[in-house]
Parts: sequence; C-alpha cells; structure tokens
Amino acid sequence: MITRQAPSATTAGGAAAPAVLLAEVSRQFGEVRALDRVSFAVEDGEFFAMLGPSGSGKTTCLRLIAGFETPDQGTIQIHGRPMAAVPPYDRNVNTVFQDYALFPHMSVLDNVAYGLMVKGVGRAERHRRAGAMLELVALAGLEARRPAALSGGQRQRVALARALVNEPEVLLLDEPLGALDLKLRQQMQTELKALQRKVGITFIYVTHDQEEALGMSDRLAVFNAGRIQQIGTPRVVYEQPATAFVASFVGAANILSAEQAEALTGQRQSCALRPERIRLNGAAPAELQAEGTVLDVQYHGASTRLRVALDAGPELLVDCPSEREPAAPGARVSLGWPRSALQPLSPETPG
Amino acid sequence: MSEALARRPNPALAAAPGLTRRLSSFLYRHGGLLTLLLLLPPLLWLGVVYLGALFALLIQSFFSFDGFTGQIVHELSLASYQELLTSKANLDIILRTMTMAMAVTIGAALIGFPIAYFMARYASGRVKALCYLAVMLPLWSSYLVRVYAWKLLLAKEGILSWLFAKLHLTWLLERILATPVIGGPSLSVSYLGMFLVFTYIWLPFMILPIQAALERVPRSLIEASADLGARPVATFRNVILPLAFPGVVAGSIFTFSLTLGDYIIPYIIGNSRFFIGQVVYVQQGTAGNIPLAAAFSVVPIVIMAIYLAAAKRLGAFDAL
Repeated sequence: MITRQAPSATTAGGAAAPAVLLAEVSRQFGEVRALDRVSFAVEDGEFFAMLGPSGSGKTTCLRLIAGFETPDQGTIQIHGRPMAAVPPYDRNVNTVFQDYALFPHMSVLDNVAYGLMVKGVGRAERHRRAGAMLELVALAGLEARRPAALSGGQRQRVALARALVNEPEVLLLDEPLGALDLKLRQQMQTELKALQRKVGITFIYVTHDQEEALGMSDRLAVFNAGRIQQIGTPRVVYEQPATAFVASFVGAANILSAEQAEALTGQRQSCALRPERIRLNGAAPAELQAEGTVLDVQYHGASTRLRVALDAGPELLVDCPSEREPAAPGARVSLGWPRSALQPLSPETPG
Repeated sequence: MSEALARRPNPALAAAPGLTRRLSSFLYRHGGLLTLLLLLPPLLWLGVVYLGALFALLIQSFFSFDGFTGQIVHELSLASYQELLTSKANLDIILRTMTMAMAVTIGAALIGFPIAYFMARYASGRVKALCYLAVMLPLWSSYLVRVYAWKLLLAKEGILSWLFAKLHLTWLLERILATPVIGGPSLSVSYLGMFLVFTYIWLPFMILPIQAALERVPRSLIEASADLGARPVATFRNVILPLAFPGVVAGSIFTFSLTLGDYIIPYIIGNSRFFIGQVVYVQQGTAGNIPLAAAFSVVPIVIMAIYLAAAKRLGAFDAL
C-alpha cells in the first residue's frame, strides 16, 4: 500500500540531507485521517515546532518520526535514511514524553543512564556520562532520588537529560512543558532554547501553545485537521498567515470575508487584520478608516481589547495600549489601519 | 456518638427540614464519625472473628495432648512443636508441602504471566471480556467436581492416556511416569498429576493480580524504553517485569498459601503420602490431637511470613 513518491526536497549531490524529511505521509486511525499527505523537511540543528490544536495530527507526526507508528502512505527519512522498516529502538532519535514517562522503579541516575545501559555502555562510564548530563540540566545532587520524589520541573529535566545523554540525531519533544505552571513554563522555554543552542541537536517540538512555538522555534509548521496549513519562520507565520485558520490560531486576528473586505477596502479578497495593527481615534494617520460603536471592553494588563461593531457591518477586535483611557461600551470610535496590515488569505489549505 | 450529638445545638440544623437531611449534613460535617460508623462492622469482624480465631489457634498449639487419656492438657507447653519438629515424618510432610507449593507457584506464574500479559496489553473490548470470562469460568463450578474431573482426565484409563495412545506417544507418558519421585503408576496418583491439578485450580489467582499490575504500567514507559534503544526483550526485563513484579508476588501469595493449606487435592490425586492440610484434618478429626493440628497450621503462617519478608527485601513492593 506504500506509494513511494519522490521526496519533495531531494538533496542534490554533495549537499547534506535534511535531519528529518517527510514526504506525502498519511496515517489513518479507523475512520479518522490523523495525517493527510504531510510533507516537510527539518534542517540539521534546527529548532522546529509543530503547532496545532489537539487532534490536528502534530503528535501523530512526532510518533511517526519516533517510530511508534508507521505511515499508511508516504516515506520518512532521517538524515537521508528511509525509516520504513526501522523500529524505534534502532532509530537514533529520542523523545521527551508529555507525561515524562520516567521509570518509577529506578533512581534519577539510572533513568538517565538507561539508554546507555541497554546499548551496553559499562556501568562506570554510563554513570559518569549520566552524571554530567544531570549537571547540564542543573540537577546534580538528585542522582539517588526516585522520580516520585521530584517536582514537575525536575522530572521534566530528568526526561530531557535521559533523552540527550544518548546524543540523538534528532530530539522529539511532545508538549514537554504542558504540565508545568506558567512561571516555570516560561523559565523552561528560555532554558530549552539555550540548551538547544549549546548541544546543537535538531529539536522537533510539538505544542498547542502558539506563544511557545513563536518564541522558541526557528521555523514552525501549523497543523489543522491532519494537514499542514503553513510552514515558515515565526515572523512569517504571524505576519503573513496563509489561511484564516493560521491567522486566528496563531495570535488573535480579525478575519474579513471577501465581501466584508470589499466593503471596507474596495478589494474583493478575504484577508486577516491583527487587532494590534488597528489604531483608535486617529492616533496616527491611517490609509484606511472605519467608524463604529464599542460593544465591550476587556482589560488585559499591557493592552486593552475592544470589540467594535463597524457601521459597515463586521465586528473588529482592536488592541490598544492600556495607558490610554479606553473608550466605554456604547462610545462611537473611528478606527484606522495601514493597507499593509491587511494580510490576504488563501481560501483553503495550500497543497 | 452521643457525646458528639450532645454538643450540637445548632439553630440552622434545627430549622432544616427532614430527619435524613439533618443526619446527612451532620455526618457530612463530622467526617471522622462517618468513617468510624462505616468501619465498625468490618473492624469488629476482623478483630473478633478473624483475629480471635487465629489467636485461639495459636493458643491451642501451645497446649499438649495426652496420648493415654486422649485429653487436651490446658497448660502452656512446647510439646506440640517438639513433636512437630523432631519427627522425621512430620518434617518430611512440611518439606513435601513446601516443595509442592513452590512448584505450583512457579508453574502458575510461568503459565499465568503470558495470559495476563495478553489480557493487559493486547486484548481490548470484547476479547478482554472473553478473557476475563475464560479465567473466571472454572471458579463458577464446584472445586470438588473439578478435582474429580481431573482425576478422570489423569487416570490410567483416562482421557490423557487415551490421547497419548492415539498420538502414539504412550512411550513418552511411560517415560515421564517412570521418573523417580514425581512419577508413579499413573498420573492420577503421582506428584506430577497433583502439580497439574493444583496449578489448574489456582491459576486464576495468579493471572488476575499480574494482569492488574500490568494494566497499571503506562504504555508511554514501554515506548520510552524502546525510544531509548531497548529491544523488546530488554524492555521486558528492565521495565515490564520489575513493574509487574508486585502482581506476581501478590499472585504467588495466593497460589503458595492456598497450596500449603489444601487437603482435598492431595487426598484425591496423589499417593498416600501426607501433606500439611491432610495432617491437620486427620489430627484434629480422627485423632483429636488439636494441639498438634494447630502446630501444623502455624507452619504455613510462618512460611508465608518468611516469604513476604524475603519478597519485601527483594524490592517486590517498591513499585507499589
């Protein structure tokens, strides 16, 4: 059933093969098509994020790369080697699991040394390397503890050390920060990014948190319903979202249908407009303008979000800095934005 | 309870409608009392009936038996234990019973583990329900009937001999029966036959705890092991087995202690050599030597205590 197709990014002559290459990969679970003809290439040393809502196929994609699932169609290559018949234990790829999956009956040190142990590295050597790795993730001194005696953040680091000690070609991270509280999550984001630069290993990072994906990754792929909606750098994905889904999933966006856009701008083209690009009451000269009534006001700390019903029909979300006294519900306001803030959207998922 | 009720003059409660509602809210606010009320009957049962009987047994074992009068001497002494431990025949009985219990435990673990593993890891939905049914089904019929059924299976003219003959393997059966100690004139009067019946009878008690333990091993741990480079055999040895071990120990407690105490199977299957249960039966019944019977009954308790201590030392309960 496997239809072999030429990878979309075949490497020429001497150029190094991408760290991970998926070509037209599909995976079906019963009635559900978890992945639908997904193709992308991750470069060596890249921090690549897979972003999407739950059930969008991003975790399935990760499990296919790890080898826990096999594709129904398409091919997966790791550093140019086809992975069709390679079981997880023969892939030089390691995973940081969402629930960490630490072995409860082993000490922290034995957990980290596990990969080396099953590869036959001697006891002294593997404990030395595991100890060094624990030092790298700032857990020195906790070697003898059981995972149950660690905090969530510490377990997270053990899981990271346990994967990294094997010096994998690619490190897969499945929502690794999902179980941590906000403060710790932000701290771990910074540390993870720094760690990735330090060890230079390719990271593939699954998350449903767009802030995490934007802040950490070199490039990200946005998944929805088993398909990739867009791949690009965080800046490109945020500022030039390809589809309405990307625009509204990554950050907040006003999506204007072709008709609504025509009424406002004169151009019959569906587009996205970020709330923070809209200026209130002529704060700056604007190319495009509209009048409307404030429906409600939400205070968000640094900014305040207004919901405005335009006289022309659609409702718009507007973010304005909180230092200005916001308009009250019911107030008449004029909105303005530059033409460049309107981001044209393609109607459906690109091919 | 009356004391707790006494310091209750609460106008809000008095105004509340209905007695059951008031009782509910009273018990809700006095959670300790509720727990005590719920635990009282089982605690009484455990304390008086269960431990009391055990204590009576222990006391009996320290009395002695006057062989001439046939009376029990109600004075504390170690006479029964002396008789138990100095007689070669009695020690043989203990050794024989222990060996059988160990063999049955190992046999049941070896047969039970793959079944439990299949049930926990691979079976789901209808297949799993069917597995439970298959494991539990034998427990629905009488133990005696099942043992007698096995007697028919194992008898010299029984189904097994017939099957061996049909397969032209009679020589194999004879070779097996010719083995010293475990063999005999036919399977139905041999230790081997007894082992088969014991293993069959106690197998559900081994399968279910192992299955429960395996069920609690998260799939992600097995995936993590494979992800870190462990082949399936290494994953089994390093992750699955250690985590399922408490289940194996729990199962072995059942099979071991049940075999130690059983007297019907050795009576129906097997030769005339005694097992602990039979001695207890004979001593307290026909002979009326309750102190010696009690002393014999203490033996499995001591063995189980030693067994559990050893299991604890091996770390069997660490993963609990």
